[in-house]
Amino acid sequence: MQRLTAESVTLAYDRRVIAEDLSVAIPDNSFTVIVGPNACGKSTLLRALSRMLKPSGGRVLLDGQTIQSLPARQVARTLGLLPQSSVAPDGITVGDLVARGRYPHQGLLRQWSQEDERIVGESMAATGVAGLADRCVDELSGGQRQRVWIAMALAQQTPLLLLDEPTTFLDIQHQLEILDLCAELHETQGRTLVAVLHDLNQAARYATHLIAMRGGRIAAEGAPGDVVTAGLVERVFGVRARVIDDPETGTPLVVPLARRGGASSAPRASASGAAAGVTAAAS
Amino acid sequence: MKAVKAVEAVRAAKAIRTPGGLSVRVDPRAVLAVLLLLAVALGVAVVLVGSGDFPMAPGEVVATLLGDGTAAQEFIVHDVRLPRVLVALLVGAALAVGGALFQSIARNPLGSPDVLGFAQGSSVGALTVIVLFGGGSFATAGGAMAGGLATGAAVYLLAWKRGVHGYRLVLVGIGIAAMLAGAIHYLVTKADLVDATRAVLWMTGSLDGRDWSHFWPLLAVTAVLIPLSLAYGRPLRMLEMGDDAAYALGIRVERTRAVLTGSAVLLTAVATAAAGPIVFVALSAPQLARRLTRSPGPNVAASAVMGAALLVVADWVATSAFGDRRLPVGVVTGVLGGVYLLWLLVTERKAGRI
Repeated sequence: MQRLTAESVTLAYDRRVIAEDLSVAIPDNSFTVIVGPNACGKSTLLRALSRMLKPSGGRVLLDGQTIQSLPARQVARTLGLLPQSSVAPDGITVGDLVARGRYPHQGLLRQWSQEDERIVGESMAATGVAGLADRCVDELSGGQRQRVWIAMALAQQTPLLLLDEPTTFLDIQHQLEILDLCAELHETQGRTLVAVLHDLNQAARYATHLIAMRGGRIAAEGAPGDVVTAGLVERVFGVRARVIDDPETGTPLVVPLARRGGASSAPRASASGAAAGVTAAAS
Repeated sequence: MKAVKAVEAVRAAKAIRTPGGLSVRVDPRAVLAVLLLLAVALGVAVVLVGSGDFPMAPGEVVATLLGDGTAAQEFIVHDVRLPRVLVALLVGAALAVGGALFQSIARNPLGSPDVLGFAQGSSVGALTVIVLFGGGSFATAGGAMAGGLATGAAVYLLAWKRGVHGYRLVLVGIGIAAMLAGAIHYLVTKADLVDATRAVLWMTGSLDGRDWSHFWPLLAVTAVLIPLSLAYGRPLRMLEMGDDAAYALGIRVERTRAVLTGSAVLLTAVATAAAGPIVFVALSAPQLARRLTRSPGPNVAASAVMGAALLVVADWVATSAFGDRRLPVGVVTGVLGGVYLLWLLVTERKAGRI
């Protein structure tokens, strides 16, 4: 059973077609990660899945119904999105920003119920920002700010949560923190997560379902252990690499070949897979 | 433990709940600010009604308003000064709400009707009527209204349609304002001396000679659009986080933006038609209101009362502070607003937004 699917969609900005006849199904209760080189259409696909972009052909289905035909608020109670760039209003506190995630559950006469209050508190605790509730969002570091935005998306209490490059602009420590948080949300709260990530090794480590895209098409999808092979890395990213087992987790670890191919001059692959990032930008 | 602490922090903004499951969120500071500004606006309004060639103490003004005045006081208050002051209050509120909506949608304090050429657009409309058709005050107001609406449409089509990108809107507005300024100069040079004087006086923005016939159309428009803008305050706050974030929360982004842009254009146009282009109220009132309430977002209610208060204070300064020389209110708001704009540009620059 898949609640969120795309049926042979054509995705285009104005007349620039990004993807044609693209079909994808997000397995329920999965942590799905979409990877691919720049401009492969992965963010565009995520925008279509979150009804931000209306397909010019085909349709996106949420619970069997065309997503555009559903009331906006109803969708917002089922499917959350962490956009790539959001603007924190000047001077807003962490608590107030997270509380905005309750908007689709509220109305003119139901502005702030006890349930809202409880869920906002829980969302801040789950993302480790409860101690910052009274601080201004402007004062926070990039990693803290991203946690606050995730807390807001959590407060929306949607069974499906889409994240558009949640780790961009963060340093490695905060990238891992955010991904650990996503994995925890997936495991403990049973939410279906869909994230676009740049780092193939991080994707292989955290995803339960991997979708690799190139040129607006799906090159491969499935469990990372089945999908990530040297052939796929070369085909999708144009990078020649060896794929070994991650000594930490046993998931595939992509080690790009050294420039001249000699083992002696090969860059030393760090034991921790995530640290030796093969980024999608490599193509 | 942490969750409990966080809940307490959020509780700082009070919520009023009924057993039936209804709840309304109240920000005590914002409520206080609105009440305070309302008191200032009404207090100064009473003083204004009492000042002039036939001075009256505030107590006498209130007594007359309640129906206990002499026949002469009745005449002075009801037929001469009250409509003017009511027009001032509504014009201030309308300009300020228009400004608050524009600034919020543009996500930029400079995305204000003042900066976007609305004053010039209304002026071109009014001057066309005065200079080319020799029209009276009503025809002039109609011309100003048409000019304001046309400017709104032009700004929308050129910069707005696919979402606003901060300074693009401001730059388009400045371009439109410059072109319209050219048209204004052309019209003034074509006018004879009497018409030119009328035209320049109109463009300064003045409340002189405003009566009940100016008040009723203004009331009709503001009584519909200000509550509408208040009702859209919550979605508008969400929209300030970006189109994507607002979509994600279930806001119908295009519809919200279209409704609010339309309201802002109409409010600005009707206020300008009533009193001429009184500059800088739209720019400064929302910013001052926000600093007073310290709450993010458009602050529509606080902006409205701030605009009303600003305009009656400016009118009081214009009519009383210079002895016998009564200045048009637009001169005062222009001078005060200019200083404010410079300060805003400096702080924006320091914050790295310019």
